[in-house]
Amino acid sequence: MTETVIAPMPWLVMLPLAWATLAFVLGPGRGARLALVALVAQLVLALWLAAQVSAGAPQHMAVGGWPAPLGIALAVDGLSALMLLLTQAVALPIAIYARAYFSAGSEEGRHFWPLSGMLLAGINALFVSADLFNLYVTLELVGLSAVGLVAAGGGTRQVAAALRYLFATILGSGAYLLGVALVYGSYGTVSLETLLPLVTAEAPRLVWLAGGLMLAGLLLKTALFPLHYWLPPAHGGAPAPVSALLSALVVKASFYLILRLWLGPFAPLGEAAGWLPALLGAGAILWGSVMAIRAARIKTLVAYSTVAQLGYLFLIFPLLAPDGVALQAGSLHAFAHGLAKAAMFAAAGALIKATGQDSVAGLAGVAERMPITLFAFGLAGVTLMGLPPSSGFLAKWLLIEAALGQGYWAIAAMALAGGLLAAIYVFRVLRQAFLLAPSYAPLHPVPRTLEWTAFALAAASVLLGLRASELMRLLAAGGAA
Amino acid sequence: MSFNELLPLAVLASSLLPGLVIFLLPEARVGLRTALNLLGALTKAALVGILLAGVYAGEEYGFRYAVLPGLELVLKADALGLLFMTLSTVLWLFTTLYAIGYLEGAPHRSRFFGFFSLCVTATMGIAMAGNLFTFFIFYELLTLSTFPLVVHRGTDKAMRGGTVYLAYTLAGGALLLTGIVLFYSLLGHGEFVHDGVIAALGPEHADELKLIFLLLIVGVGVKAAMVPLHGWLPQAMVAPAPVSALLHAVAVVKAGAFGIVRIVYEVYGVEYAESLGLLTPLAAVAAVTILWGSLRALAQDDLKKRLAFSTVSQVSYIALGVALFGPLGTVGGLVHLVHQGIMKITLFFCAGNYAETLGIHRVGEMSGAGRRMPATSIAFSIAALGMMGAPLTAGAVTKTWLMDGAQAAGMEWAVRVLWTSSLLNAAYFLPILYRLWFRPAPATWPEEHIPARGWRETAWLLLLPPLITAAATLAAGIYAEHPLSPLSWAQLIAEREYLTAP
Repeated sequence: MTETVIAPMPWLVMLPLAWATLAFVLGPGRGARLALVALVAQLVLALWLAAQVSAGAPQHMAVGGWPAPLGIALAVDGLSALMLLLTQAVALPIAIYARAYFSAGSEEGRHFWPLSGMLLAGINALFVSADLFNLYVTLELVGLSAVGLVAAGGGTRQVAAALRYLFATILGSGAYLLGVALVYGSYGTVSLETLLPLVTAEAPRLVWLAGGLMLAGLLLKTALFPLHYWLPPAHGGAPAPVSALLSALVVKASFYLILRLWLGPFAPLGEAAGWLPALLGAGAILWGSVMAIRAARIKTLVAYSTVAQLGYLFLIFPLLAPDGVALQAGSLHAFAHGLAKAAMFAAAGALIKATGQDSVAGLAGVAERMPITLFAFGLAGVTLMGLPPSSGFLAKWLLIEAALGQGYWAIAAMALAGGLLAAIYVFRVLRQAFLLAPSYAPLHPVPRTLEWTAFALAAASVLLGLRASELMRLLAAGGAA
Repeated sequence: MSFNELLPLAVLASSLLPGLVIFLLPEARVGLRTALNLLGALTKAALVGILLAGVYAGEEYGFRYAVLPGLELVLKADALGLLFMTLSTVLWLFTTLYAIGYLEGAPHRSRFFGFFSLCVTATMGIAMAGNLFTFFIFYELLTLSTFPLVVHRGTDKAMRGGTVYLAYTLAGGALLLTGIVLFYSLLGHGEFVHDGVIAALGPEHADELKLIFLLLIVGVGVKAAMVPLHGWLPQAMVAPAPVSALLHAVAVVKAGAFGIVRIVYEVYGVEYAESLGLLTPLAAVAAVTILWGSLRALAQDDLKKRLAFSTVSQVSYIALGVALFGPLGTVGGLVHLVHQGIMKITLFFCAGNYAETLGIHRVGEMSGAGRRMPATSIAFSIAALGMMGAPLTAGAVTKTWLMDGAQAAGMEWAVRVLWTSSLLNAAYFLPILYRLWFRPAPATWPEEHIPARGWRETAWLLLLPPLITAAATLAAGIYAEHPLSPLSWAQLIAEREYLTAP
């Protein structure tokens, strides 16, 4: 038990809650500056926490001094510290981006700050929670604020997408909650740590059912093929900063939870069914890529790319058991994709703002006047294709290494094929940059901040490929596996 | 960090940094852009000069950086790498000059020269890569940085060429990556070491090693344009002339050929590769490529396409030299890496000059061009004769060593392949020379862009680079025995790396 005066863990939850509330009090469209200051602090806290975890043991904390059965227990290991770092690293640039994106008094941005604060509080809380019920609460907080952010766009299409998203997320958390109730009924506890020795391969049918329900609910929330139907309209229809947060972070939160359960209490059940997520993951890569290749609208393309990229995360499940390589591959890919996808949505948002339209074909000749944005899109694309020297490449390398090492040729082939398919849809956009544009449609001026934040995120996703050893050390230090 | 660690990084930085700055320059800053380009090229030449002197004297230059535990980025400057680096550095300088003249007044020059610099950076990285992982990083970087150059013109045809190029190279890259990861999982590392590293593995891994060899060679064979993986090269001809020159002489196909050299000699080790029975199939594929490329070149009327198929054929001389088990073939293959570069870049410079000055794109339009553009045509003729292996040219040196190598290895059929190829080369180059010099000129040229002024037949910057490289073609042939010639350096490599090893 580490009890320092200012432990970063609770503050990572309290800070966003505080600025979200203040932004709400200040009124529509206000609170951006406050959020930015707080987000800088959050990033520092996340780095500090990562350093602590990296240096020593996993961090535990009982809120208010009440131990686990009564109070709320928080715990952070390498995996959660890594996810917290990703969350803050994406949230800060996207907040800077959003401040420039939502012009003063714009309808779209009215509710952005309070809702995104709630969202981040939920995500951070999810990563530090140590029991199944708390996780449920955070899951709901994340889901509902995400739906709110999509609906806040205001258009008919966005409201329809938000409604669909709402049904999916409520169904998902409902299934999860049912599972939690069954687990509690069987063992009388919801603490991950206490459950660990209790759930064995000989567990009663009811526990299997509970595990299955929780998993199904979370898969729906993570939009794993074929449960992805709600994602493209929601992520493709929301305003760009919202899309970036949703694709980079929100789906990762429920993925993290799956991983947590799979590696933790439900490991005995998971071992029997590792092939299922991998199979669905392969389907996601194929289907998502094909739909991205066929998409007419640029944000739909990027959203389907998320469906495909989430597929990679599930390819690791059959490989998890013997050593940490597959887990390294999965977490590095989650990190790489988070940065790259945020960058890609940010770039897409800037392009759409400038051209005033949303079709891929309408981008011809834009590159000449917005080279930084196109470059950002291209660099993010390099990460998604898994080409060196990006972090996506290292993740792919580790995945292939793990797959070939254990004789899973099909998984290695899938990872490689996914990279080639990604190249097709990424270059669909990039080739527009090189086309001769016969006539120049007028471009609306776009704040420079939009271009450069997209570029910074994309560059980070590529350069991380050269600094990944720290992340891997962090992952190993917490002993998540 | 010591000087010997820093130097390889400085070589990369000398083109990477100017490239990044050039991206940000507005189109109109011609002077600054040109200055940056030349500063980068000259700095790199100076750095490579220092490396050459150092390596000749037995210095070792290297840099290591762990990306992940057990996965290292390794750069080193050894004799073999320097052969490729020197070629790239010198030809990059001339290609830059040529490109400045060629693209004068054209749009998107900042983008062009930015990617041009990245492309050379990637080539340098490939030359200095000290293990398979590092090689792969720069190999893919080369793919990415050349695509924008291939599609530079932005026409539909350019886009199609670029798409085909990407499809081949990215798919090849995926196979290469599979091979490399397999290799790492087998051995734990992929260092390039004299005599190879796989001798440490027992004979029980022979089948896996054969499979990996296939994956690796197919992966690099795409860029080396070995039949049947050569389909992209003629398509990529839509690129502007300086890009074609770079692709064919310095960067892409050479990166593939160089990869073959590294894999055979320093990953597998030539003796181990021979004992696994891998060299004869490689030689056979190279021979087929040599003949097929030449045959296809015969049928092309488009000048650049004819040159492209000629490249397909010529680059496989390098692979053939490598696959001929023995020191003579090694020297022949290595020296051809340089010689083919000098000769082919001259031909592409000249083809660009005909197109830019007179609008000539097809062989049929070349009649009488020799009298209108004598200097360009002399350069073209020297390089074409060199390709055929005429005496006093660089091509003759290559062919002599390769044939001796084939004879020494007891591969009579390879000698016959080389002779046939020479005849085919003559069959597709001599008609061009005949047209140039002995056929009457048409009343008007297809599209005369640059009028002749006195004895100046075209723009200076277009004329000087091919004249210099043509002179180099002759020099490399006539002074082949000089201690500073490419041949002497190739012999040094062969002695140092392969013959003195136990």
